Amino acid sequence: MTVVTMTVNGKPASADVEARTLLVHYVRDALGLTGTHVGCDTSQCGACVVHVNGRAVKACTMLAGQAEGANVTTIEGLATNGELHPVQKAFREHHGLQCGFCTPGMIMTAVDLIKRKPDLDEQTVRAELEGNLCRCTGYHNIVKAILAASQEMR
Amino acid sequence: MNEQGIGQPVRRKEDFRFITGNGHYTDDISRPHQTHAYFLRSPHAHAKIRAIDTKMALTAPGVVAIFTGKDIAADKLGGLICGWTVHSKDGSAMKVGPHPVLAFDTVRYVGDHVAMIVAETQAQAKSAAEMIDVDYEELPAAVSLATCQKPAAPQVHPEAPNNTCFEWELGNKPETEAAFAKAAKVVKLDLVNNRLIPNAMEPRAAIGEYDKGTGGYTLHTTSQNPHVARLVLSAFVGVAPEHKLRVIAPDVGGGFGSKIFIYAEETACVWAAAKVGRPIRWTAERSESFMSDAHGRDHMSHAELALDANGKILGLRVKTVANLGAYLSTFSAAVPTYLYGTLLSGQYDIPAIYVEVDGVYTHTAPVDAYRGAGRPEATFLIERIVETAARETGLDPAEFRRRNFVRSFPHQTPVIMNYDAGDYEASLVKAMEIADTKGFAARKADAARRGKIRGLGYSTYIEACGIAPSAAVGSLGAGVGLWESAEVRVNPTGNVEVLTGSHSHGQGHETTFAQLVSSRLGIPIEQVEIVHGDTDKVQFGMGTYGSRSGAVGMSAIVKALDKVEAKAKKIAAHLMEAAVEDIVFQDGKFTVQGTDKSLAWAEVSLAAYTAHGFPSNEIEPGLKEGAFYDPTNFTFPAGCHICEVEIDPETGILEIANFVAVDDFGTIINPMIVEGQVHGGIAQGVGQALLELGVYDPQSGQLVTGSFMDYTMPRADDVPSFHLGFTRTECPSNPLGMKGCGEAGAIASPPAIINAITDALGIRDIEMPATPARIWKAIQSTRPRAAAE
Repeated sequence: MTVVTMTVNGKPASADVEARTLLVHYVRDALGLTGTHVGCDTSQCGACVVHVNGRAVKACTMLAGQAEGANVTTIEGLATNGELHPVQKAFREHHGLQCGFCTPGMIMTAVDLIKRKPDLDEQTVRAELEGNLCRCTGYHNIVKAILAASQEMR
Repeated sequence: MNEQGIGQPVRRKEDFRFITGNGHYTDDISRPHQTHAYFLRSPHAHAKIRAIDTKMALTAPGVVAIFTGKDIAADKLGGLICGWTVHSKDGSAMKVGPHPVLAFDTVRYVGDHVAMIVAETQAQAKSAAEMIDVDYEELPAAVSLATCQKPAAPQVHPEAPNNTCFEWELGNKPETEAAFAKAAKVVKLDLVNNRLIPNAMEPRAAIGEYDKGTGGYTLHTTSQNPHVARLVLSAFVGVAPEHKLRVIAPDVGGGFGSKIFIYAEETACVWAAAKVGRPIRWTAERSESFMSDAHGRDHMSHAELALDANGKILGLRVKTVANLGAYLSTFSAAVPTYLYGTLLSGQYDIPAIYVEVDGVYTHTAPVDAYRGAGRPEATFLIERIVETAARETGLDPAEFRRRNFVRSFPHQTPVIMNYDAGDYEASLVKAMEIADTKGFAARKADAARRGKIRGLGYSTYIEACGIAPSAAVGSLGAGVGLWESAEVRVNPTGNVEVLTGSHSHGQGHETTFAQLVSSRLGIPIEQVEIVHGDTDKVQFGMGTYGSRSGAVGMSAIVKALDKVEAKAKKIAAHLMEAAVEDIVFQDGKFTVQGTDKSLAWAEVSLAAYTAHGFPSNEIEPGLKEGAFYDPTNFTFPAGCHICEVEIDPETGILEIANFVAVDDFGTIINPMIVEGQVHGGIAQGVGQALLELGVYDPQSGQLVTGSFMDYTMPRADDVPSFHLGFTRTECPSNPLGMKGCGEAGAIASPPAIINAITDALGIRDIEMPATPARIWKAIQSTRPRAAAE
């Protein structure tokens, strides 16, 4: 077992976990932050995307130990002082979610995308979402929501 | 006008918890002192189990218990069941092999359940599984649909010779033969409806618990119908009596049919919880979902269409072989029969239809309902052969369809269904307008100048939702009724809880159902709580599938609201000293007609519970009413989808240049949610038509497409933005005039896409999924050989 310490959603976090523990299981099981989901076992679906030091990362692709000392943001930490992030608002406004399971990963990916590429068009959004699967929405309203949020955040 | 009422695109009540990471899916729930289960699965498609040695594994770190089929048998637990009995042509009932919760002496597909390992952690359970020594005698497997009925094929169940579960028929054979005898032209087509793997984004999960003090069991599970799960686990499997088993389906991350069924894993978890004396939790890894979630579709069909000299359809005959997999799943027998054959008339007035379906066993995962369930297979067949017939008679595909549309209602088809309402011309016209079919020739010419090939494809579909009157499905072999229940509980402060037997796993019931209540009672949706998914709260219900929750589930709520309103009027009449006939209830206010006397909803609600001075023989205290609603017919959503594709002939790469869907869903409560349902359905249809295929190795029966790396899920850049339109004919058989909207997209879209591709390439057929490789091959086979050759 190894003690892994990091900052999660602005608060210090520490847990004694097996060395093989993935970051996604660290936040879900050790910290109880179950908003980050596990949808596959091959790093394809993107339901587990969190931000590590400000960059979107599939939390199933790294060990918790690799995030030692890092600054991690999960979906639970995206809203500030009770105010939803513009991407969260846009997903609700444009019906960018149905069952909600892929949603946290989609939102975290979208926040990172808008930060990296403020001038988004539909084609770019669709191409950039290649690492996130959704089975409910047909992506139509997810794309709409991300484009609307990027406008809002300009 | 009520901004939250019927017809308004109200933003969803459920979204806040999902966008903030506060949903409660089964795998998010932890129980004190819980253990973790892992299932050892068969690596073989077909093998005898000579022995299972668990000695080593039992000594592994953290292992609490290991269970095998022998433990299940020793406890006299029943097997998993199919709730719909189909009969063959000769009157005999379908031939059913046993479906043990854990394999007893034989495994019948890769992923079949061999042992359950319970340990302190999930990793320990998984590690211990590797230490179990199973002595298999490997046997040849029947994998291919084309050969599984041959006498030499390996047998899946001794109970079903030639792997044939049933040889079902529907329609009128002599009349159909006569129609073909007088036909001016007969069009023939062989079609494959490709095997799909559902892949809801949330993998299946379960937590079983046992309370020693009360003898009660609790099962949290990823279910679309927790009451049906409880009934099956209680009455057929025998885990616990119904009143001692609570089934909770909390937030569920998509189902698409795959979470209707009662599977081995949740059964084993809840059963073993009592043996272990601690909660047992299990969550599927995605590779387990691929192996063991019930798959969809998988038909092989031969179809023939008889035409007169004017392009009028005289008759249709169809022979289909439908794969059922290794065991019958919960509703699998109904899907390729009563949900398929009954829809083969499409939107057309076809005087004679005869369909034969052989349901067959193979050494593959069970096949059951997947979004659309039988209706996509029927729609694909009729829309492909109609399009082919149009081309081969030289008629425009829209014109050919027009000549054959059903135009008066009600319309009795030769295959059970009685279409109640529709306007197929209207949806065709509207779709053609949105798709700008008039401009297609110019766009095609423009594409040709750029070296690309364009094609246009239609699909004028009909489907049947709600499932149906209980008496009707009962006569067709269903083991359950298909009504729905609702209970409306008005609290003393006037806010309302609505308990429904429907289950929401993405469909937005918490919003749509609340909109109905808001419209009726004049209170904001924030004061309405929709309660579902818990057998301890909701007395009984049939769950959500077959696009039934609006047409059937909301109709039950309407009935309960009628009763609530009637009682509230009685109370208001008493309070205002008026005759009940004089009370008008509108916009949340009770008024004595012709006076200025009125009471607000909340005042009457409170009075219902204070009950001061009620004439006790006339008015009981309280305001709570329940209702069961049994539909009088299916509902028949219909419409027209048009797809335009552009293909690069050098690479076979296809782009959907435009996709138009015009649907008639009758009354729409929340257009935003309905559009979302259509988008998602179309994307799954695009997946079936262009991307997805569940592949087993034909010899070994190994699942080749066992992960997201091998099975092509539609991604954001595989689909376009969709153009939607709506027409409206109200369904006459339910109080709101609603039809179902959940499956239409997946039902209608595949033939539109394949019709567009075959139009572009000038070919008769291309097998789904029409991948770039298949399209490229098709182009090569139609091209004249190069001069150099």
